[in-house]
Amino acid sequence: MAKRIDVSGLNAYYGSFLAIEDISMTVEPRSVTAFIGPSGCGKSTFLRTLNRMHEVTSGGRVEGKVMLGDENLYGAGIDPVAVRREVGMVFQRPNPFPTMSVYDNVAAGLKLNGSYKKAQLDDIVEKSLRGANLWNEVKDRLNKPGSGLSGGQQQRLCIARAIAVEPNVLLMDEPCSALDPISTLAIEDLIGELKERFTIVIVTHNMQQAARVSDRTAFFNLAAVGQPGKLIEIDDTERIFSNPSVQATEDYISGRFG
Amino acid sequence: MDITTQNPTAPPAPQPGRTEDGRAARGTTRPGDRIFLGLSRGSGILVLVIMAAIAVFLTYRAVLAIGKDEANFFTTFEWNPSGVPPQFGIAVLAFGTVVSSIIAMAIAVPIAVGIALFLTHYAPRRLSGPIAYVIDLLAAVPSIVYGLWGALVLVPQLDGLYGWLDDYLGWTGVFAWNGGAPRSLFTVGILLALMILPIITNVSREVFRQVPQMHEEAALALGATRWEVIRMAVLPFARSGVISASMLGLGRALGETMAVAMVLSSSFDIQATLLDPGGGTFAQNIASKFNEASEMGRDALIASGLVLFVITLLVNGAARLIIARRKEYSGANA
Amino acid sequence: MSHATLSGKRPGGLRGATLPKWFPWAVAVGATAAGLGISAAAGLQSSIQWALIAAVLFIVGSYAVSARVEGRRQAKDRTATSMVWVAFLLAVIPLASLVWETVQRGVKVLDTYFLTRSMGVVADSEPGGGIYHALLGTLEQVGLATLMAVPVGVLTAIYLVEYGRGNLARAVTFFVDVMTGIPSIVAGLFVLSLWIVILKMGYSGFAGSLALAILMIPVIVRSTEEMLKLVPNELREASLALGVPKWRTILKVVVPTAIGGITTGVMLAIARITGETAPVLLLVWGTNFINANPFSDPQASLPMYIYLQYSNSGGEGPGYDRAWAAALTLILFIMILNLVARGIARWKAPKSGR
Repeated sequence: MAKRIDVSGLNAYYGSFLAIEDISMTVEPRSVTAFIGPSGCGKSTFLRTLNRMHEVTSGGRVEGKVMLGDENLYGAGIDPVAVRREVGMVFQRPNPFPTMSVYDNVAAGLKLNGSYKKAQLDDIVEKSLRGANLWNEVKDRLNKPGSGLSGGQQQRLCIARAIAVEPNVLLMDEPCSALDPISTLAIEDLIGELKERFTIVIVTHNMQQAARVSDRTAFFNLAAVGQPGKLIEIDDTERIFSNPSVQATEDYISGRFG
Repeated sequence: MDITTQNPTAPPAPQPGRTEDGRAARGTTRPGDRIFLGLSRGSGILVLVIMAAIAVFLTYRAVLAIGKDEANFFTTFEWNPSGVPPQFGIAVLAFGTVVSSIIAMAIAVPIAVGIALFLTHYAPRRLSGPIAYVIDLLAAVPSIVYGLWGALVLVPQLDGLYGWLDDYLGWTGVFAWNGGAPRSLFTVGILLALMILPIITNVSREVFRQVPQMHEEAALALGATRWEVIRMAVLPFARSGVISASMLGLGRALGETMAVAMVLSSSFDIQATLLDPGGGTFAQNIASKFNEASEMGRDALIASGLVLFVITLLVNGAARLIIARRKEYSGANA
Repeated sequence: MSHATLSGKRPGGLRGATLPKWFPWAVAVGATAAGLGISAAAGLQSSIQWALIAAVLFIVGSYAVSARVEGRRQAKDRTATSMVWVAFLLAVIPLASLVWETVQRGVKVLDTYFLTRSMGVVADSEPGGGIYHALLGTLEQVGLATLMAVPVGVLTAIYLVEYGRGNLARAVTFFVDVMTGIPSIVAGLFVLSLWIVILKMGYSGFAGSLALAILMIPVIVRSTEEMLKLVPNELREASLALGVPKWRTILKVVVPTAIGGITTGVMLAIARITGETAPVLLLVWGTNFINANPFSDPQASLPMYIYLQYSNSGGEGPGYDRAWAAALTLILFIMILNLVARGIARWKAPKSGR
């Protein structure tokens, strides 16, 4: 299921403000790619161009190409709704639908995409919750509201909701920044398991986390506030953290700025 | 503003601020503080006194009137307080008020919710600002002008619609029409719907705007269409807010006076069909009967006004309670 | 395994058959034309009818086409979009008509003569006459109501924001909310029962302004409260820390900071009660002559003038013309107040910390 992402010459705007400039990179299937960089460098914006969520914000506009497999996400005749169905997303703060039960949250995406028999739904919900390492914790409270879970559980519920529709790619926008260390560990373990099945892109502020979970790491930076963010380099995580080819990357990683 | 120069002699305050509950202020002995607190608290109490006075004096006159009423106040289909013996009841008014308000709600709520969604989720941003502004202004148009427009512009346009309703839905009985001028409870309902549209739209718009972005994004990221986002993330979250918005609108519709008085061709009976002229509402009846009322007649009208007061009190109170509960639930700033 | 069933259900990848951008407009034009055509063919007179036909055709048409080309989910989305647009238009048409008719019919007799004459020597069925007496009455009644309501309203808001905690404040907050919803006719009946029936004071402009003040207070409390809450706490603390007593802090720091918003709120409240008819009808009674004294004898008022011209003229004619002209005057007055109030709000908006 997992597909390769090929980005070339991508610019993203907020109105007339150029937020990220001329980004090209390849994201390998069945691997975890981490985006790191100082605040405001456009890594989250870039992430949101990968499932056409950027254009949802008012004034959001994208130029360039994002190939998912052999389709350009920004090509003519592409339905953004279908894109988002293929490229799932997990957000910074856990956001289960507050009015829905645990079960309905997981099934929400499925119910959009056609009719399933009850047994089929039960199956997929259980599989997704197991996939998110949440099944054992919630199997007795599937009909309780999803907002009643702890923060870490809610975030795993959101992951279960995202993987239930079997996307090709899973985008994660700082998925652990609102969580405590134990919940963070649980999510990191989960990411390690999920990369067997999905192409995963994760934005993180936490460099240890990038080093722990990712296979490849991309470093973004911006020249100054008000300037567009740029991709400085992307390489194997090991190399980025031991021997990066750009000085700025080393400065950032060793904590000299950012 | 330069405070120190205005108060060169003020002693250093022993931390009176911070606590906003007035207890600190009460603790100080400064006469200025005590007078000012007294004045402002007095104003607050005055508001309560006014509310209490409204209830007490209306009840007092109403009890006098109902005591002399020789008929059952709640079930009689007659309004003859100056007769010998005086006989009057509110059955017709209660029916007319409820029916016209239900019609108004049935028309206004879906349309208002639609407009609110239009403004928050569909209209281009350049358009939604000015439209919201115009709706604000329309909320300020006085009811007397709605009444004038309703009576002289809307009513002549309604013959055709009434004919249709009679042709296609006449068999229901409710929508039968015997050809009288279309100054019926149904017309009143349409006009009231227009009048309460702005308030329901405005409150609903606020509620829709408060739906956290992250819930909508969650739905979008699952591959939901715009309508599915609204169904999944917006409407469930906004439901109680829309209900209370509707009830605020209902409160307006129940108490509307002049527009109803100008459009309705009233009579003191209940029509079998919504489209035939006749019937009345509490507020309309007060305005129409007031001029020729004797003292007894005035008290009888006050009695009917008390009933209206209680009804609107219940409706508005319920709406406010729902809003208050919602605030606690969503954890909005106190 | 369930992968297979899932991908089996998946419709052709990322590409959906999409209708062109102009599609809704085309359907809208088509539906409007069809609506007009059908009405013309069937000889329907009322514009309500063809508009309803067109609206239904628009919704059904765009659903049908979209369901065939784009699939059911997209079709539902389109239907929702169409319905939302139709809801918007359904509301806009009558409201635009309201404004248009008032302006168009109102300008007929609206001139300086109309503004400076009363109805004293003019019968309701004759042309001529004006609204001077009504204008005067309205200004006096609204002015008196404002004088009574503003201090009470502003002080209550100050109490709620600066001092209020506990049961009294909660009760006041709740009843202010409830008071907002009192029908104006009930406020009128209350003043009637107390002032006129029990105290035997007689009909007068002042009786009307008592009722108007009751309607005004909650509006002022609400808006003032909102404005005071916007004043940053740092300002209060800075002043208190300098040793300024609390009451002076409120009067010299808090209120001046919020004064723009408070003024706006007051003006909006004035705009709202200026159009109130029902309580005035019960308490001021109405007259065709100029009575400049609001404290004794019946007065006229602008909204009541509209009602009386409408109901006494009994058919087409000069009465209706005068009613429309008075309505236009009233709307203009209210709109100007609204616009000025909003202008002040924008100009003097407190720079809140958020």
